[in-house]
Amino acid sequence: MGQMKRYLPLAILGLLAILPLVGLSTYALHILIMVIMWSIVGMAWNLLGGYCGQVSFGHAAFFGVGAYTAGIIYAKGGASAWWGMPLSIVFVSVFAMVIGFICLRLRGPFFALATLAIGVILRVTAENLTSLTEGDLGIMIRERTWIEKTWYFYVVLTLAAITFYLVKRVIESRLGYYFVAIREDQDAAESLGINTTLYKTVALCLSAVFTGLAGAFYTNYMGYIDPKVVFALHDISIVTIMVVMIGGVATFWGPVIGSVIMVLLAEVIRSIPRLGAAHHTFFGILLIVIIIFLPNGIMGDMPKLKRMMRIGKPV
Amino acid sequence: MTPLLSVRNVSMFFGGLAALHDVSFSVAKGEILGLIGPNGAGKTTLFNVINGFYRPSRGNVFFKDQRISHLRPNKICGLGVARTFQVVKPLQRMTVLDNVIASAFLRSRTKAEAVRTATEVLDFTGLLADKDMLSRGLPLGKRKRLEIARALATAPELILLDESFAGLNPSELNESIQIIKGIKNRGITIMIIEHHMKVIMAISDRIVVLNYGERIAEGAPSEIRADPLVITAYLGVDENA
Repeated sequence: MGQMKRYLPLAILGLLAILPLVGLSTYALHILIMVIMWSIVGMAWNLLGGYCGQVSFGHAAFFGVGAYTAGIIYAKGGASAWWGMPLSIVFVSVFAMVIGFICLRLRGPFFALATLAIGVILRVTAENLTSLTEGDLGIMIRERTWIEKTWYFYVVLTLAAITFYLVKRVIESRLGYYFVAIREDQDAAESLGINTTLYKTVALCLSAVFTGLAGAFYTNYMGYIDPKVVFALHDISIVTIMVVMIGGVATFWGPVIGSVIMVLLAEVIRSIPRLGAAHHTFFGILLIVIIIFLPNGIMGDMPKLKRMMRIGKPV
Repeated sequence: MTPLLSVRNVSMFFGGLAALHDVSFSVAKGEILGLIGPNGAGKTTLFNVINGFYRPSRGNVFFKDQRISHLRPNKICGLGVARTFQVVKPLQRMTVLDNVIASAFLRSRTKAEAVRTATEVLDFTGLLADKDMLSRGLPLGKRKRLEIARALATAPELILLDESFAGLNPSELNESIQIIKGIKNRGITIMIIEHHMKVIMAISDRIVVLNYGERIAEGAPSEIRADPLVITAYLGVDENA
């Protein structure tokens, strides 16, 4: 069993890698790409919110900065938007350090509120800084690298695999212990010699960088970004939290499972005619149900879930 | 010989309230210093000042001749001053072993080293059998010991124990006394806050008494027991005398 568990990530990665070869429809491939992209953002948020206990309501800020790094490099720098991926690492981590310096002195709900504000501030800034971001017009990537979605799929899959591996490595190391110690009791952590400010900033930067990479990928893949999309409070920041909450906070697979559910659910709801923005209502109700019945998410409440399934069945 | 820790003219004000007023004393290397006083005397506040949670309003704290009263708690712990909390603060959703590993990392380069230190400390504090339990599931007596284990894992030179005996049953009390003596044998200096008079008188080399934020007595247990000021502080003034 232990052996099986160890090779499970590789097995899933292998399975996903051969999936495009069996001939998926373009639509199915798109859904798959979205699921994988969201699991990257979820894993990134989980590092900060799940393990280190610093709940962010503004991850759209990092997603958007990553996305706009790629967009601006293309629109203003005349370079390929793919340069946005390596460059976003630099920009997003510097940005996250500044945000950390301001927000991480706040604790709990106050930190969450501050990040919420940061997300909104960035959206408004991007809307009005037209000389750099083209404002509400958005940035269009006219030369698409690939017509086929297959290669985008492999890019995002590689990114997800790297993220999964690095998050696991970080969590099992000294950093992971420090993050969880900070989550459980910041004063105790501080008195045990842990520089809580430093390690919270590290968690924030790591989390932001992976989120930003997903954002930079998004620009390349979708070929169009505008402030309302990439800095969206509901569709990015809140969905990120839901991906992790539903899948399982502070678990390795939670964000992956959560993103499968969230992306599929969004598609199903979208296919119902004349529902419009009512999908927010559904997400809201779903979140309440999850918090009441599965507060630790699907991965975290696996034993409870199994017990619920068995109810009504003969033993 | 210079003292390991010296508290010099420390005052701590919260608004108009003087929680500590001009307190001075020192702790010699290798001794057990008891800190006693009625409720609200400022004992825990004093620990919070030494440990860096509070910056004293006046005065300074020196550790091995270095001023530490402007440093953050993690730095002070890094220099070799560890503490436990009166209201225990276990890292709830971590196992007992992981709790101690998290603090053992301070002096360990690798995880294997941290695990080794943590296991050794758990063995010393008699918690090894519970190492895989989540710390929130531990009974109070063991949580108190987990506090001590975590502090020890940071390899301190001075350990501040804040009421590590409160709420223990007699057999747990005996175990804890043995642990304290074991800590002393390791060459670690101990400063201990305790209400349990029998225990404090038995294990302390010297005792400092606080009352209303002021140091009212200092000396060997036998002297403290006979000190009229201490008796007054604890029992009140005899009106008929």
